[in-house]
Amino acid sequence: MRYVDEFRDRVKADVLVKEIERLLAHMGRDQDRPLQIMEVCGGHTHTIFRYGVEGMLPKSIELVHGPGCPVCVLPMGRVDDCVAIAERAEVIFTTFGDAMRVPGSRKSLLQAKADGCDVRMVYSPMDALALARKNPTREVVFFGIGFETTMPSTALTVLQAEREGIKNFSIFCNHITIVPTIKAILDSPDLRLDGFLGPGHVSMVIGDAPYEFIARYYKKPMVIAGFEPLDILQSLWMLLKQIDEGRCEIENQYARVAPAGGNAVALQAVAQVYELREFFEWRGLGSIDHSGVKVREAYAGFDAERRFAVPNARIADPSSCQCGEVLKGVIKPWQCKVFGRACTPETPLGALMVSSEGACAAYYQYGGIKRGRDEAKASAA
Amino acid sequence: MNMISFPPRRPRGKVHVPTVTLAHGGGGKAMKDLIDDVFVAAFDNPLLAPLDDQARIDLLDLAQYGDRLAFTTDSFVVDPLVFPGGDIGKLAVCGTVNDLAVGGALPLYLSCAVIIEEGVSIDLLRQVATSMAATAREAGVKIVTGDTKVVNKGACDRMFITTTGVGVVAAGVELGAHRARPGDAVLVNGLLGDHGAAILGARGDMALQSPIESDCAPLQGLIESLLKSAPNTRFMRDPTRGGVATVLNEIAEAAQIAIEIDESATPLRNEVRGFCEILGLDPLYLANEGKIVAIVPPDEAEPAVEAMRAHPLGRQAAIIGTVVAGEPGRVTMRTIFGGRRIVDMLVGEQLPRIC
Ligand code: SF4
Repeated sequence: MRYVDEFRDRVKADVLVKEIERLLAHMGRDQDRPLQIMEVCGGHTHTIFRYGVEGMLPKSIELVHGPGCPVCVLPMGRVDDCVAIAERAEVIFTTFGDAMRVPGSRKSLLQAKADGCDVRMVYSPMDALALARKNPTREVVFFGIGFETTMPSTALTVLQAEREGIKNFSIFCNHITIVPTIKAILDSPDLRLDGFLGPGHVSMVIGDAPYEFIARYYKKPMVIAGFEPLDILQSLWMLLKQIDEGRCEIENQYARVAPAGGNAVALQAVAQVYELREFFEWRGLGSIDHSGVKVREAYAGFDAERRFAVPNARIADPSSCQCGEVLKGVIKPWQCKVFGRACTPETPLGALMVSSEGACAAYYQYGGIKRGRDEAKASAA
Repeated sequence: MNMISFPPRRPRGKVHVPTVTLAHGGGGKAMKDLIDDVFVAAFDNPLLAPLDDQARIDLLDLAQYGDRLAFTTDSFVVDPLVFPGGDIGKLAVCGTVNDLAVGGALPLYLSCAVIIEEGVSIDLLRQVATSMAATAREAGVKIVTGDTKVVNKGACDRMFITTTGVGVVAAGVELGAHRARPGDAVLVNGLLGDHGAAILGARGDMALQSPIESDCAPLQGLIESLLKSAPNTRFMRDPTRGGVATVLNEIAEAAQIAIEIDESATPLRNEVRGFCEILGLDPLYLANEGKIVAIVPPDEAEPAVEAMRAHPLGRQAAIIGTVVAGEPGRVTMRTIFGGRRIVDMLVGEQLPRIC
């Protein structure tokens, strides 16, 4: 496939891996004190596992799989709210596929569907709007979830619904924003990270300026990275070069797609439809100020939260979950006490086990469980 | 003495209504007409025609093909009923024929049980029956007995079909996962994931119009020529639901061997790759309905590939991996990128990712 295969070239990958090895050696990094780089975005985590990128890297660099999977960080209480809305007889509840399996305190959307709720999988909010047009006697609710990547398409759909005067469509807004989240990670007292791979898709919308504070105030470098395996390697190499040269900047490896200034149309729609929430609860990370958005008063008619009073209960994560520590890179997924035992993709306790982009599920699916055991054995010996 | 004159025998029944109603399941004339007009007419063969409660098959007749009877059953509940490249009827014949053939059996007879929801159109039923008949002919099997039930609206999703198949295994053919050894080659007969992608595309909830057609096909002919060229083939399986990844895991588990596949050797249609790329799916887990995975000893691998390539259903046959001496039960993949990853059993259904 054009525009894809060239980003999976093995020969180029080998060259980059050699360069990364050389830089790490030059920095004097060893396995005991590996360099820790966080990829913030779940899409990156997925690529890393899907192509076995981690296994190609020397042991003196460690990838930490960050909080960037919106499905993974969705708190249980919000899933309960979804189920409560879906249980209303008049509602057709629409959602992206991977949000179906996230456990709530009572059930997941998949279970709700099995119990007779009209829950449907869609690929975009526009599909949900089309359903609303087709079913004028029903209430179609779209489960808006995701970072700045998916936020504009939900906003544009609301604007479209308004233009058409559609009254039976609303969104249950759970969109979150990446910048406060990175800040929360940087403020965490047990922080060990040396640098970040930034989410390329998010920068398609917001550009790279919102990340400036990371370099300026926290003195950590970041490279905004694309989603092909070569993108990841090249971004890692760029990051290492910065560290080696003592630089600390926000660089953009994904400039072929993500312009420095972001996307004005998308930003305009986002600003028009949403405003920041005071607080938003994250699974594993607790409440982060201004990290979520809600629908503005002017569009209240399209806000499921206002139209259907939701219970909005706060439900604490199970105490055995160590998702927060995994998200911050303090422990590796397999070091969690319940990984692969009480917590598996069939019976996820924590959110990181739910989506294939979640660090725990990715380790479990793509062989981390074995690697975890091996490393545990090696360190015990 | 006056002879009592009976009216001439009722001619073969005809259905005159556009949709199936509960009356068609009532056991009376309406049901007889439906069976006559739709199924018997399409399946048309002397074993079925008397409509007895069972088909009787001559044992000597069967014995000429081999020394063991193979027997299998499967139910088909696909949504949508008609999809690019096939329909539920074709699927119901291919599925069972292939389940027999991968065991090394020559498929001979099928039974077919249909559960129909009231309200299904007779035209659709006819279309499905015709396609079952055509596929059966292509596969060289006869549908010799069956059953029809009509259920209340809402009690099933339009139409479910169960087919049971009987075949005969030739003397000397001995297939089993336990026969796999390190060094054996892992083969497939062509492009993977077409059926899964076609069905997902046809469902329409993805809002993606995909031009991909299902690979649904009866494989007894291809398998026959494979076994001729590679008589020591260790094992075969058709990777339907769960795809190639699941089958490889089952083989590795059952035989306590390790398998390594090579991503760059795995044949995939560009459209399927693109489709998976967009939806965040892994093509290795997509369903196939016209594919086999075969484990073949190293010296027979090349002849096996050639034999498959010579068959219309095996043009893109390829060696995708090898049985290796590794952790028993483990399937790994060399990625096109040069990395290595574990290919595990899938948990639940694959759900598209959001970003
Ligand atoms: S194993 Fe489960 S509980 Fe532990 S960190 Fe991972 S998702 Fe959370």
